[in-house]
Amino acid sequence: MANDKKIKKVLLLGSGALKIGEAGEFDYSGSQALKAMREEGINTVLINPNIATVQTSEGFADKIYFLPVTPYFVEKIIAKERPDGIMLAFGGQTALNCGVALYENGILERYGVEVLGTPVRAIMDTEDRELFVKKLDEIDIKTIKSEAVDNIDDALRVANTLGYPVIVRAAYALGGLGSGFCDNDSELRSLTEKALAFSPQVLVEKSLKGWKEVEYEVVRDRFDNCITVCNMENFDPLGIHTGESIVVAPSQTLSNDDYHYLRSLAIKIIRHIGIVGECNVQYAYDPSSMDYRVIEVNARLSRSSALASKATGYPLAFVAAKLGLGYGLFDLKNAVTQSTSAFFEPALDYLVVKIPRWDLGKFHGVKREIGSSMKSVGEVMAIGRTFEEAIQKGLRMIGQGMHGFVENKELKIDDIDTALTEPTDKRIFVIAKALTHGYTVERIHELTKIDTWFLYKLKNIIDTADELAEVNRLEDLDHNLLRLAKQQGFSDFQVARGVLKERMTDAENAVTTVRALRKSLGIVPAVKQIDTLAAEYPAKTNYLYLTYNGTENDIDYENDGRSVVVLGSGAYRIGSSVEFDWCSVNALMTVKRQGWRSVMINYNPETVSTDYDMCDRLYFDELTYERVMDIIDLEQPHGTILSVGGQIPNNLATRLDAAGVNILGTDARSIDNAEDRHKFSAMLDRLGIDQPRWRELTSIEDIDRFIAEVGFPVLVRPSYVLSGAAMNVCSNHEDLVRFLRLAANVSKQHPVVVTEFIQFAKEIEMDAVAQNGEIKAYAISEHIEFAGVHSGDATIQFPPQKLYVETMRRIKKVSSQIARALNISGPFNIQYLAKDNDIKVIECNLRASRSFPFVSKILKINFIDLATKIMLGLPVEKPHKNAFDLDYVGIKASQFSFSRLQGADPVLGVDMSSTGEVGCIGNDTSEAILKSMLAVGLRVPQKAILLSTGGPKQKADMLDAAHMLNNKGYKIFATGGTHSFLNDNGIPAIRCYWPSQPDMQPQALQLLHDKAVDLVVNIPKNLTSAELSNGYKIRRAAIDLNIPLLTNARLASTFIRAFSTMPLDDIEIKSWDEY
Amino acid sequence: MRETKRAVLILADGTKFEGKSFGYEASASGEVVFNTAMTGYPESLTDPSYEGQILVTTFPLLGNYGVPPADSREFLSDYLEDSHIHCRAIVAQDYSWQHSHWLADRSLSDWLKSEKITGIYDIDTRALTKHLRENGSMLGKIIIEGCDDVDFYNPNLENLVGMTSSSGVTLYDTDTDGHINAVCLDNENPDAGKSDKKTVVLVDCGVKHNIIRCLTRRGVRVVRVPWDYDFNRIAYDGLFISNGPGNPDFAEATVTNLRRALDGDRPICGICMGNQLLAKAAGAKIYKLKYGHRSHNQPVRRVGTDTCFVTSQNHGFAVDSNTLPEGWEPLFVNMNDGTNEGIRHITKPFFSAQFHPEASSGPKDTEFLFDEFISLL
Repeated sequence: MANDKKIKKVLLLGSGALKIGEAGEFDYSGSQALKAMREEGINTVLINPNIATVQTSEGFADKIYFLPVTPYFVEKIIAKERPDGIMLAFGGQTALNCGVALYENGILERYGVEVLGTPVRAIMDTEDRELFVKKLDEIDIKTIKSEAVDNIDDALRVANTLGYPVIVRAAYALGGLGSGFCDNDSELRSLTEKALAFSPQVLVEKSLKGWKEVEYEVVRDRFDNCITVCNMENFDPLGIHTGESIVVAPSQTLSNDDYHYLRSLAIKIIRHIGIVGECNVQYAYDPSSMDYRVIEVNARLSRSSALASKATGYPLAFVAAKLGLGYGLFDLKNAVTQSTSAFFEPALDYLVVKIPRWDLGKFHGVKREIGSSMKSVGEVMAIGRTFEEAIQKGLRMIGQGMHGFVENKELKIDDIDTALTEPTDKRIFVIAKALTHGYTVERIHELTKIDTWFLYKLKNIIDTADELAEVNRLEDLDHNLLRLAKQQGFSDFQVARGVLKERMTDAENAVTTVRALRKSLGIVPAVKQIDTLAAEYPAKTNYLYLTYNGTENDIDYENDGRSVVVLGSGAYRIGSSVEFDWCSVNALMTVKRQGWRSVMINYNPETVSTDYDMCDRLYFDELTYERVMDIIDLEQPHGTILSVGGQIPNNLATRLDAAGVNILGTDARSIDNAEDRHKFSAMLDRLGIDQPRWRELTSIEDIDRFIAEVGFPVLVRPSYVLSGAAMNVCSNHEDLVRFLRLAANVSKQHPVVVTEFIQFAKEIEMDAVAQNGEIKAYAISEHIEFAGVHSGDATIQFPPQKLYVETMRRIKKVSSQIARALNISGPFNIQYLAKDNDIKVIECNLRASRSFPFVSKILKINFIDLATKIMLGLPVEKPHKNAFDLDYVGIKASQFSFSRLQGADPVLGVDMSSTGEVGCIGNDTSEAILKSMLAVGLRVPQKAILLSTGGPKQKADMLDAAHMLNNKGYKIFATGGTHSFLNDNGIPAIRCYWPSQPDMQPQALQLLHDKAVDLVVNIPKNLTSAELSNGYKIRRAAIDLNIPLLTNARLASTFIRAFSTMPLDDIEIKSWDEY
Repeated sequence: MRETKRAVLILADGTKFEGKSFGYEASASGEVVFNTAMTGYPESLTDPSYEGQILVTTFPLLGNYGVPPADSREFLSDYLEDSHIHCRAIVAQDYSWQHSHWLADRSLSDWLKSEKITGIYDIDTRALTKHLRENGSMLGKIIIEGCDDVDFYNPNLENLVGMTSSSGVTLYDTDTDGHINAVCLDNENPDAGKSDKKTVVLVDCGVKHNIIRCLTRRGVRVVRVPWDYDFNRIAYDGLFISNGPGNPDFAEATVTNLRRALDGDRPICGICMGNQLLAKAAGAKIYKLKYGHRSHNQPVRRVGTDTCFVTSQNHGFAVDSNTLPEGWEPLFVNMNDGTNEGIRHITKPFFSAQFHPEASSGPKDTEFLFDEFISLL
């Protein structure tokens, strides 16, 4: 065996909070690397502040530090732990950049830490564009020629030499951050300025819009053996970031010569660069010759490699880690067959389609166009044996109310041509619309440059929809047409709507009819294994998908009633991400440990739950009612767990229950009683539990009358919209009218829920597990911000440090009452408002919540393990520990990705906008907040702060903090109102001016552009989204210029207090187990 | 819905797979084999090693990029492996009626029609592959709705090498522009003329054209001779034994000629069938594999080294390494099942590979073997 015996302890860098461009895929790759090292008996130390990840759970790493992945902290940990080696390739760009910095600062050398896998030199060759081009020039590999510039004038000169359009890229940036296309000087000027804020170097290059984009995942060992595990082709041609594109694997429009030409080049490149482990090579490929350019090489595991792993069943991260330890590919076995070699290239007998998930609707002011910079927050992978089947599955999986490619709600588009040439997040549906409006494939190709092969496949779906439309009644559906539709991925719903169109009044009934009909005709899906060798060798794993393009199941079902099905959480999105993957994985582990067969259904390639070694059977498939029922029909399980995967599985409760599925844990009826606003409210009234006053109203007059009763501000939300989407706080009548006009037409069919909005109230979370209505374990945590900031965006402290004992007691009592009333068995979460000692219930979810991993890890009691045991009907003891006697504090802080979302107002409100979170532990609030804020990318300011602190209440809230800043010797800039308030309170501040006062000096915006301030605190005066454009401009500029920004007075105060009272050096470097 | 004729694939053990017809509408029969490659159907279909076989492509989509233009020159195809299709039929899950590629000038279906080759799709090719894996390659036939039944056909009972080999002697040489020119020579008195270049005799057992391209590209002249041609009577610098279809036992004439060449010490190289014939000439035994190796992802290791290659393969028979006589040793070994992937002589410049260094289709990682051979000349 080749493992270098001197490596006994290895440090692994994680990727921190999930953000756009760096998401759950690194939980997967880090977990795999840890597994690989554990197998070798290596002592592992993990640094990752992302507390909701699976990799930061017990049993993965030997030591875990919930600390920022920055050179400062990593050096301290190295000094303390003295590892022999470090792995940089498993924590995304964050880990890679940190590793390069540690190398350049000589820290790795000083402590004798060996970089395992790809050498840092090679990483730098791939990261620095100029070095990269030079390196590939050495072996005559063509790259996109560009010039590196460090100022705007040079950028203009280069662009004019190359000729527009050009693309601008920031060096050392993740996922194309700060990149974009420019058609003229003015576009170039503004983009370059932004890019230079993130990176000292900007690349200007000729655009190759319209070329194909193809990627190869390449693996090399230290013996120079190379394989390409997978190639992938983008549906969207070059110009759309691969993270924004639909991607298909393997490539579909490349001939054998094309495929192997690019493959050989990829191997040549990886050898020349000297990768040891895994990397990906991205190409631009001419659609009408064999001309190519290398776009980039990522010398690390990436989102694409996670996708490739899931697409092929080849565990890239696991293998890369082993290669980093010195193994050869020939030493390792194919994990699927367990008999053949890991030195091989998977043969697929299916294809996969990856589709990005955007949440642009959550942001105010954001541009909907997609392009060279990544905006999507998650992705799905759909598996099928025809392209039509895979893409239709995928379009359902993204979970934005779409039923597939067709039979969706009509999209409103003014100008189809424009919509085709300027792609947005709705691109694929624009194509559907164009096809139904008679656009030819050739015409669409001209406008989009999407290969006609893909477009013809999509047209096949439209053709089948047209044939369905000619059928009059569902009963008249003929076997061949129905089978064809199912082979093309039509859901039962699509078939029903395709036939009935507007005659479909009762969707559930129609769907049931289609299901019964096709079953009677023998049209049922077949279960197929993903086995890496296209059936050439028998597979030992149970990595499965369902398809209508097959007649035989690969699995012999036991029918022993020993299966427990766990429904996963689907695509990562704002409001549901890695935390539910942690819950799902933990539920699976408990199910397995308790002797049941663990069965997972999920379709998110960025997760650990979709690793086929995490469960006994993995169905990489849809979480729709139809598909879940297909699987339950096959598995005949003991029961199904819905409460660990977030809202997607929870929403299936009633229908699955009606279909006779044994839902483990809390009854579907109780779930409905908690989910249904009216039923839940009535129950609270019955129990005498207080809640904010609310009413469901159908006319403006009724709304006015209700507001006369409760007063402004009010929270307004159109009904049936989940997870806060389209919610708004209205502070006055004008706001209300504007919002209602824009967001919802109030009517009997579309009632609006109006809730009194209690200002300056604390928000408190109760996470708990109950058995037969009795609470077994609980954790109460408090928000740092006042209510009004979505709980997913809020900074949460556990155990609470500033709650009255009386408040805690009341929360516990009310929670017990609710648990009893709903007879809860399993996880649940209740959100409370507290003002003085009064508490009001604002929401109750009978499922695991976002904060379950956080409180479980702080408290060191695994709530999901407890909940799962309860759901399996096992007796559970109340743990001895409780929330009150911890001598440390955990703080969960949110990660925002506004820098990626061009134009979005980076302000917090009732709608969630964060993309990830961290959780750090400290001896007190200050230490914990400092760690966590640094972990989400804030920096402790060195010189000056710009304050504009909103209304009188917030100004007062911020006064202490301002004093501290002053005492610490920071220069304070302040806008008008804040300036006079500070002066009145004896704090010297320099007045600066809003953009609306362009004649006055200094200008706030100019201060930002000049980098004269290094922290911006900008508190909006009220909670209305249409806050004055002055504030918006400052906030947006801070984001675009990469200056830390805080928009909440309470959080800003807490952070300022922390860094004013605690020097960075005083932060203790303690691992999780040391608390 | 597209109107296609129904079709059924019937295996010799009675198993039936129902599907639909594309390509030429006539029943067909042959030995059913599967290939797990994800690209390369034009190359595979024209690969003489598939003579008499019904090819099952495990990648479910077929025909995506159409078919490149027909040959512009005699004796050597531009893009394909021979002048015509050798497979008896092709089987897929999903056929792409529309194709897209800048080089394509017709669809796969149209090509099959013009070559009178049957296609069948809408078949659970994974179930079919598993069946072949468990029960071994077997005979099968495709019956198209409304067409006559056909008998099972066992290609392994025929001298496929003889059927696919050329009958004449051809000289291939590159001109100064790099174009390969082919000249027919007299079989009895093949005069290749004078040249500064080395001359390689290529024994055509059903040669893939890319072998010719790979050799001539390296600056040698190639004299292609029929499988049973006694090359010992002509002058050459090196001997190359091509790939070819079927059972190597039928190529006894080649083995006899080879044995005499082994007495000399001019370099000899073989590919696939060439590996088996060289082994037979040396005295080793050949056996039939249960379902063969047909894919682009076969891992082989150079014996005694840490060097491994991903290879393209297409063979149903293998050399029994244990029967290699003294003076010979395995050169490559299959990392999945340990079967022989090449042999070499310990002292003389003789070596061969069971896989396809010329690829086409498949990975080109072992093309350097041509360089190794040329360097021996």
